[in-house]
Amino acid sequence: MSAATDSSPQKWPDSWRRPPLIANPILRYGLITAVTTYLVWACFMLPVDWQRVSQGFARAARIFNGAFPPSFVRSGLLIDGFLESLKIAILATVGGVLLSIPIAFMAAKNLSPKPIYFLGRALIIIARSFHPVIVAIIFVKAVGFGPLAGVLTLIVYSVGFVAKMLAEKIEEIDWGQVEAMRSVGAGYVSTLIYSVFPQIMPRQIGLSIYQLDSNLRASAVVGIVGAGGIGSTLANAFGRYDYDFALAITIVIVAVILLSEAVSGQIRKRIW
Amino acid sequence: MVSMDTTPEVWARYTPRERLQRFAVFLVTMVAIVWALTSIDVIWPWVFDAPQQMVDLFGRMVPPDVSNLPSILWILLETVNIATIATAVAVFVSLPVAYIAAQNTTPNAATLWLGRFILVSSRSVNTIIWALLFVAIFGPGIVAGIVAIMFRSIGFIGKLLGEAIEEIDRRPVEALEATGASRFKVIVYAIVPQVMPTFWAVAILRWDINLRESTVLGLVGAGGIGIILQGAIDTFNWPEAATVLLSILSLVVLGEVVSAWLRKRII
Repeated sequence: MSAATDSSPQKWPDSWRRPPLIANPILRYGLITAVTTYLVWACFMLPVDWQRVSQGFARAARIFNGAFPPSFVRSGLLIDGFLESLKIAILATVGGVLLSIPIAFMAAKNLSPKPIYFLGRALIIIARSFHPVIVAIIFVKAVGFGPLAGVLTLIVYSVGFVAKMLAEKIEEIDWGQVEAMRSVGAGYVSTLIYSVFPQIMPRQIGLSIYQLDSNLRASAVVGIVGAGGIGSTLANAFGRYDYDFALAITIVIVAVILLSEAVSGQIRKRIW
Repeated sequence: MVSMDTTPEVWARYTPRERLQRFAVFLVTMVAIVWALTSIDVIWPWVFDAPQQMVDLFGRMVPPDVSNLPSILWILLETVNIATIATAVAVFVSLPVAYIAAQNTTPNAATLWLGRFILVSSRSVNTIIWALLFVAIFGPGIVAGIVAIMFRSIGFIGKLLGEAIEEIDRRPVEALEATGASRFKVIVYAIVPQVMPTFWAVAILRWDINLRESTVLGLVGAGGIGIILQGAIDTFNWPEAATVLLSILSLVVLGEVVSAWLRKRII
């Protein structure tokens, strides 16, 4: 028998090939074809006005010519916008975190009964699904232009993130401490305060600092649709074709975001 | 025995120094909140009025008006296309950027800083701000939206991929280099297989995020479902706005389900 295998060495390839990602060839080529077809179809479906695009580069040159050098002449406006963004971010973080604690408790599987759990999860999904800009438009229509709409928007945005992460943390807590509290006859609220809160507190503080940073960043965006802060200043500058001021604002936004990211990263590193 | 008198009589959770620090942090936080509350430019009666206004607004939204549903769904598909095309292009563009932004694969210090500069500038400018710029360049429409999302995604994908490259196991690379493999082959056979799981995970995650972001591009004129939403809101057509919002909600939830499924299948 061994002679038979020796006589047919051709059966084994003498060069190595990387095994494909998807073993089944039909599935593999089918998937590649499907994805390619979809991408080609999607690209052809796009209502692209190539003439407009080709004109675009001349426009781009004009915009960049107008934007350089960035103008800091109206830096008073810039600073006011930023202070407003900062206030919006602080208030939204406080409001969002306060609101997300009860929602997180509702959405923690191990602490809440089923109907309340689903309600909590639904609230989180809704808060997370809508981009802050969409939420901002609705609030701007409901409560008028200005920072109030921005604060409300970012509260919703904060709830979507903080409540979700906090609920996951609550689901991971050490259950022994809860049992210990219950076994000595503690009430529901005392159980939460003495056995659950101490376990989630570090996470909560870390999340709050992260969310402050995140809110500051988002407040630059929601301002574009009229919710106050530096975004409004930017949108106004852009709308008036005041490109050099717009570039100055963008540069400062980028600098502030990098700074706040570094600061919040440092603080979180020291807390955790 | 000597140190007996320094031990405190009463048990305390924190040392006096810690207590002072905690108090300082608390004070700073309070001052910041009070400063923000007292100096923010809001009209307080409007704040107290806000819940009533919201209830009124949502009252106008029911029942949602579905008469325009076919065209909403069509534009929703266009929105998905924007997110998908932009993610697909961004994934390819970010590969070389990630390669030069990773400390262990970048050819020299200049390319490292170039890579980092691309990542930071792409990541710090929000999609909407990119969209504002590209609408001014390309005119209102989908192209501006795709390019805006692409620009923002390059930084995100490139950064995470660059970190994955920095964390690879050096030994396969050394083994291949020892056999005299070319630079290209080292990348394909030693680096790519190691970062492949991260690559797919990041691409799927970004597609999910892009789906969300593409729903708002229309508000600055860059295509997608946002245009219909803006139109409905501007004409106070709240029942239609409610339909659009519900369809966005279902799109995003569906996108999350699809990406969770893909993640489980591929990785």
